[in-house]
Amino acid sequence: MMNPRTVQKIAFFSLFLSTLLIVVPVGMIVVIIVQKGLPAITWQFLTDVPRQGMRAGGIFPAIVGTLYLVLGAVAFALPIGLLAAIYLSEYARDNVMNRIVKLAIVNLAGVPSVVYGLFGLAMFVVWCRFGASILSGALTLGIMILPIIITASREALEAVPQTFREVSLSLGASKWQTIRHIVLPNAIPGIITGTILGIGRAAGETAPILFTVAAFYLPRLPKSIFDQAMALPYHLYVISTQVPNVDEKVRYGTAFVLLAMVLTVNLVAIVIRYKFRKQKKW
Amino acid sequence: MRKFKEFIIEKLILICGSASIFFVALIFVFLLKEGLSLFKTVRLGAFLFGKSWYPISEPAELGILPLILGSLLVTAGAAVISVPIGVGCAVYIAEIAPGKVKEVLKGGIELLAAIPSVVLGFIGMVTLVPWVKNIFHLPTGLTALSGSIMLAFMAMPTIVSIAEDALYSVPRSYKEGAFALGATHWQTIWRVLLPAASSGILAAVMLGIGRVIGETMAVMMITGNSAVIPHTILAPVRTLTATVAAEMGEAVVGSEHYFALFAVGIVLFVISFAINVTADLFLHRERR
Repeated sequence: MMNPRTVQKIAFFSLFLSTLLIVVPVGMIVVIIVQKGLPAITWQFLTDVPRQGMRAGGIFPAIVGTLYLVLGAVAFALPIGLLAAIYLSEYARDNVMNRIVKLAIVNLAGVPSVVYGLFGLAMFVVWCRFGASILSGALTLGIMILPIIITASREALEAVPQTFREVSLSLGASKWQTIRHIVLPNAIPGIITGTILGIGRAAGETAPILFTVAAFYLPRLPKSIFDQAMALPYHLYVISTQVPNVDEKVRYGTAFVLLAMVLTVNLVAIVIRYKFRKQKKW
Repeated sequence: MRKFKEFIIEKLILICGSASIFFVALIFVFLLKEGLSLFKTVRLGAFLFGKSWYPISEPAELGILPLILGSLLVTAGAAVISVPIGVGCAVYIAEIAPGKVKEVLKGGIELLAAIPSVVLGFIGMVTLVPWVKNIFHLPTGLTALSGSIMLAFMAMPTIVSIAEDALYSVPRSYKEGAFALGATHWQTIWRVLLPAASSGILAAVMLGIGRVIGETMAVMMITGNSAVIPHTILAPVRTLTATVAAEMGEAVVGSEHYFALFAVGIVLFVISFAINVTADLFLHRERR
């Protein structure tokens, strides 16, 4: 029988080691991409269309395509998600229905991304006849980020103290007036954080847009929401697996832009959350 | 007028409240609508347990056993790597790390969760795949093992954050009681905290595994994509998800191949549904 102190030392050391095993590779991934990707970033790379079969030129259409998709997804998911969160936090009672709604949210969050792609293809592209278009892709991504927005908004709404509501109601405000003027304003930072996290997720996903919108090679900007578009994550997939002899610089540059976009978005969300927590008055 | 406006808004809230149920049902219905057409021509048994997947030969062979085994192999490998490391890290963050370090580590884990899978796939291709090839002297580094390692990293954020929550929600008095009986910190963690948080940790592991089974891009980029039954973890494999992602682009809408890929989608949906419902039950038990 070993001394409990020695056992503890060994155990804690292995726990520390497993933490390092996660943190160090994450750091390495970021460092590698920044180190090799940053030199590839020039004004021309960011603002030019791809040239020579995507082996040269820039990634402008992919950046624009991703922006359109993200905007479309949020425009669709935010109103529905916010109202759903209001329902869960302000209206739902603790009953079976409520439980099923929560279970549905968990499941929606757990559906594999490629299944979202299949669904988008069957429903929006084929059944609604939108074709492979920004509209189909944005709707697919919108449904995918819905659970993120609902969960974050619900938490933000539920964090508003019950007394705020009681005071408002006792002053004669209606339920909706209370929600609109008292609960919502106090929950805004949390809702914004959730929305931003959704944006980050939508910007980085590839599988849902594979068959709903993504154009392999389209060296121009999309003309309408019924147009196909290039998108950054799909572009990175294409130039790293489908097109031979792409300059390493172009690949790392694309990976860098995508990673920078997603991480910036996430960082903004974390900062907002942090500031809000510090300012919280209750 | 104001009453009317509020009436409309409250009805809208009610409708949106059930939106998530509606969308889950919608996804399932559309998968069924396209996927079930396959079974007019192919028997369910032949689809699930058929040993060969040659969707474009004449006649097509649509057995997904190699794909299921591919998914299982990659997932099992990822679980073996990510579960001990992930739970270990969760314990470290919840119990041992000092305040500041804790925040930094949590940020790091969140960072990992935010990295798009296609970026991880790309990094895997340029770093991990050559390593695996050289270390094991293989003709190609695009193997199930490479996929497992990369997917382990995608499962870890889920495992760490949920397991940490579970540890965090163990009542303080348990810990104080163990300390008062003279247990060391580690004895307390091992004999008291971990058992008390076990159902939450189990849920964490399940959700992590669910994430791995559903992962698509990274796995498609680094597992070699060969749809044969794998005999070792050092062989190239093809998973269910990668098959759909790789082949749907070429499948003609309304063809047998198209229906078969939707049937694969049904299988994936059912697996993820089962995992999420079970994990939710465990988490629910935790709270009571």
